[in-house]
Amino acid sequence: MSTRLDHGGRLIDRDRPVTFRFNGKKMPGFAGDTVASALLANDRVMVGRSFKYHRPRGIVAAGPEEPNALLNMGRGPRFEPNQRATTTELFDGLEAESQNHWPSLEYDVGAINQLASRLLPAGFYYKTFIHPRPAWKHVFEPVIRNSAGLGKAPKDGDADRYEHFYWFTDILIVGGGIAGLQAALTAATSGLRVTLIEQTAHWGGRAPVDGAEIDGEWADEWVQGAVQALETMPNVTLRTRLMGAGVYDHGYVLGYERVSDHSPADDQPRHRLWKIRARQVITATGAIERPLSFPGNDLPGVMLASAVRDYAVNFAVSPGQRTVVVTNNDDAYLTALALVDVGQTVPAIVDARPAGGGELAQEVANHGVEVHLGAAIAGVTGRSRVEGVKITAQTGTGTDPTEIACDCVAMSGGWSPVVHLWSHCGGKLTWNAPLAMFQPDPERPPTGADGQGFVTAAGVAAGVPIERAGEGLSNFQTLRSATEAAQSVCVRLGRSVGDAAMPAVREVETAPLAPVWIMPDGADIRLREKMWLDFQNDVKVSDVQLAAQEGFESVEHTKRYTTLGMATDQGKLSNINGLAVLSKALDAEIPQVGTTTFRPPYTPISMAAIAGEARGKTFQPLRRTPMHDWHAANGAHWEPVGHWRRPYCYLHGSETPEQAVAREVRNTRANLGLLDASTLGKIVVKGPDACRFVDMLYTNKMSTLKPGRCRYGLMCSENGFLSDDGVVARIDAQTFLCHTTSGGADRIHAWMEDWLQCEWWDWQVYTANLTEQYAQIAVVGPNARKVLEKLGGSLDVSREALPFMGWAAGRLAGFDARAYRISFSGELSYEISVPAATGAEFWDLLIEAGEEFGAMPYGTEALHVMRAEKGFIMIGDETDGTVIPQDLGLDWAISKKKDDYLGKRAQERSHMTDPERWKLVGLETMDGSVLPDGAYAVGAGTNANGQRNMVGRVTSTYHSPTLDKGIAMGLVLHGSDRMGEVLEFPGTDGKTTRARIVDPVFYDPAGEKQNA
Amino acid sequence: MLILDCPCCGRAADETELEGGGEAHLTRFGPGASDDDFERYLFLRGNPKGVHFERWRHAYGCGKWFLAARCTTTLEVFGTYAAQTTAPPPEIVAAIKARRPNWEAPV
Ligand SMILES: [Zn+2]
Repeated sequence: MSTRLDHGGRLIDRDRPVTFRFNGKKMPGFAGDTVASALLANDRVMVGRSFKYHRPRGIVAAGPEEPNALLNMGRGPRFEPNQRATTTELFDGLEAESQNHWPSLEYDVGAINQLASRLLPAGFYYKTFIHPRPAWKHVFEPVIRNSAGLGKAPKDGDADRYEHFYWFTDILIVGGGIAGLQAALTAATSGLRVTLIEQTAHWGGRAPVDGAEIDGEWADEWVQGAVQALETMPNVTLRTRLMGAGVYDHGYVLGYERVSDHSPADDQPRHRLWKIRARQVITATGAIERPLSFPGNDLPGVMLASAVRDYAVNFAVSPGQRTVVVTNNDDAYLTALALVDVGQTVPAIVDARPAGGGELAQEVANHGVEVHLGAAIAGVTGRSRVEGVKITAQTGTGTDPTEIACDCVAMSGGWSPVVHLWSHCGGKLTWNAPLAMFQPDPERPPTGADGQGFVTAAGVAAGVPIERAGEGLSNFQTLRSATEAAQSVCVRLGRSVGDAAMPAVREVETAPLAPVWIMPDGADIRLREKMWLDFQNDVKVSDVQLAAQEGFESVEHTKRYTTLGMATDQGKLSNINGLAVLSKALDAEIPQVGTTTFRPPYTPISMAAIAGEARGKTFQPLRRTPMHDWHAANGAHWEPVGHWRRPYCYLHGSETPEQAVAREVRNTRANLGLLDASTLGKIVVKGPDACRFVDMLYTNKMSTLKPGRCRYGLMCSENGFLSDDGVVARIDAQTFLCHTTSGGADRIHAWMEDWLQCEWWDWQVYTANLTEQYAQIAVVGPNARKVLEKLGGSLDVSREALPFMGWAAGRLAGFDARAYRISFSGELSYEISVPAATGAEFWDLLIEAGEEFGAMPYGTEALHVMRAEKGFIMIGDETDGTVIPQDLGLDWAISKKKDDYLGKRAQERSHMTDPERWKLVGLETMDGSVLPDGAYAVGAGTNANGQRNMVGRVTSTYHSPTLDKGIAMGLVLHGSDRMGEVLEFPGTDGKTTRARIVDPVFYDPAGEKQNA
Repeated sequence: MLILDCPCCGRAADETELEGGGEAHLTRFGPGASDDDFERYLFLRGNPKGVHFERWRHAYGCGKWFLAARCTTTLEVFGTYAAQTTAPPPEIVAAIKARRPNWEAPV
């Protein structure tokens, strides 16, 4: 029975009782409890089921390493799966549910998997990919899909707020145990900015729980004194509930602050992501206890010895009435003492070491606790929780065990320093054989911009220098390491430290640890199949041994093959034990096998914290043209174009978008259309070498363009592929205005600057992106000239003064304007640009003046339809980064005379001149329907994979309101030589559409309208 | 998250302000170049474990391109310098040699 004790509990407040629900059942707890301690106080030992076999799972740990107690927390917009019960602080009204079971935690259908465990060995997933083929589809895949994933995905939008926070500090200390505090006290004397962060709500770490004595007082009191001293220092910042999540290049550290998880809906952000820049980082992250691999070690009630101690001392919870302690080191004796201290029974200590422990063991023996030396656990009895253990000799095969009744097993396989943050950015590890643990190698730290180390491990997280390994992971060693780490870091930053006294510590004499990787040593396969390494992912000793047998010698391969350490706890408990078993199976030394890679974050952080404020309206900045508000007020149906919003069409009354587009096209072709073209990129290129430069940028000879004239041009990458297009206007002898695609301006401007700054830096050319300086309006249709003439002004828009592909500047109805006579629709068309500040006013004027000429605004879709009717290409439709201008029949826009332009050499490569390249054609469906976008045309025969050969694809496809039928453009093998041929386009719906190859110019091929 | 000093505006620029541009000191080959030269220019890039010369643009700062000499394994930055060079300048070479005595400038 797991119960709350009547007295004690250093972290709970018995004056503040709270109520919470677990699987719908109301339960009491205290402020200061974690969900895990409160569940144990209510005798909820089993809290979930494992991933693969759905075996009963209980709470194992008391901290972030917990593999089992993952719960669904909250409801509706505050629902979140996979929350660790051990790191979730209890609050009144908290709701939690266990996961990975159906229909209930106690009666789970999936548990049938464990009967089939022999069929689900290591590498199960990979092996079943192969054969028999039908079994994958009908048997294995459904089973895997049903058991995939632990918690449920949230369905509602997140109700909480999240923040990002930028922080700069000289020294960041991660971990607020006695090492972190001592490091902060020492470093602070230098006057440097020191930031100390702690992932839990409490300072002090393990030392107070372990009853350490520092400077003659209980560690808890020393901790309080240290925190008070630090709080008065102006150069020190202290934060709890702030985890160091990851260490990255050049001293960048991500911190994860759980601001209000413990007090939801109190109008604070829930999480805060700290983006920290630290000149030096000290990791005082402590250590994590390792489980022992004995048969039945996964049964609820088997816990880490340190966790049992935590629950007893911190929360006054005893996970069992009779707790057997099993260990290979002295530390677990502290648990026996803690339990005896609170009046619980410890029927036996099972110590794998023949010679037993040191001073602590003596103390335990004085309390009359029975100690079995050289002993092992050969099995755990009980179905869904511990009822007893079988004790045998560690050196044997587990025969003739003695049974002892108990309801809790506290295990300790030694400690592993938390080296995650040290390792994230390249810090290397070294194997400490006497203490059987990997620890940071101070000779090989992560290095910063100056090539020097920027992370220093301190305290238990640093391990113990090999030459002092005999001292073990003592409190003295912890404080000395922290003091030295802080001193060396300050020296590295060019400061000396003041007199930070090294506290006096009462030392306890200890006996050496014995590396014990399986228990008992000679266990046969039957027992090894019951020794769990990874509790969440159901990886057993036998699985790792099988992987080794099958040739998975690399620890990274074994990890992926067995899924060892791939669960949400990322192997915090299982990794070292797993690789020790692997090394033994491979007959190699542990350091030769090595560890898997430690990757951030240290424990999972919320996706919402990563998003921060960037959601909803603030997800991305929105660019607005000067006429944006008019569009919004006049039925704009928006379409995102880069960071812009452009009207796709304007909806009148109950029109559908399709109807609106058809109306806009017809009206523009018959009367007058107005398009907000302000998003068009406008880059000015100016200078004595501007001619030379535009001739390199564009495929055609742009330098021969006369001032006052416009020319269409193509830009290619050095690969020869078409990258952007647009009309260039020659402003004067040394100035060109280059129009780019909407959304392409920034990219093309950067492209120009790249060449000017990095290749032709001696050329005298200046570029400026003026896209947002001008509003641009396309005035399009047979009545275009009439409305502009009606406006009046010095700008002469007559056919004679301003012919097709000319431009002129002047005044239009009092506005400073430029008129470019260019057409993307095939109609008589003027693009008028005015200073952005006058754009909205000018647009209003055109709408008003155009009324008598049938003026209507049109959107991007009408623009697209009209350009397709006219056979004009669109970057991003006809091009996809693999298309060259020659594919699109644009040879007329490629100069044969120029020695060079960007992309020219590439276009001479054999593949680029291959006559088999697909060429642009028009496509006209036989039945007038619209071809599916992206559809492929099939030809005769099949390819090597037995698929129909493909001979072309659709690049643009529309219903043409002008021609009242489906029109399309596409790239087709030998396309330009196959006019009149009919192609077949099978759709994804099983239907085949037939279309005839035609000229891509469907409308006014002679260009009479645009030239009018 | 590197920090590189922009030699154009003098700012210590966080990686979020920067845009990478790949290997520095390439020689452009245009029309008339052999297939091999063109292939080397366009496709073949060094990816050394160790000292490397890179192009960076201070995209969300002054907008200028600059070059950086950096160790790809230790993240050490030997120096940043103007993009208007065809080879690493002597002071950069000296800074690298001071830290990597056996390093030889690529020919
Ligand atoms: Zn700059």
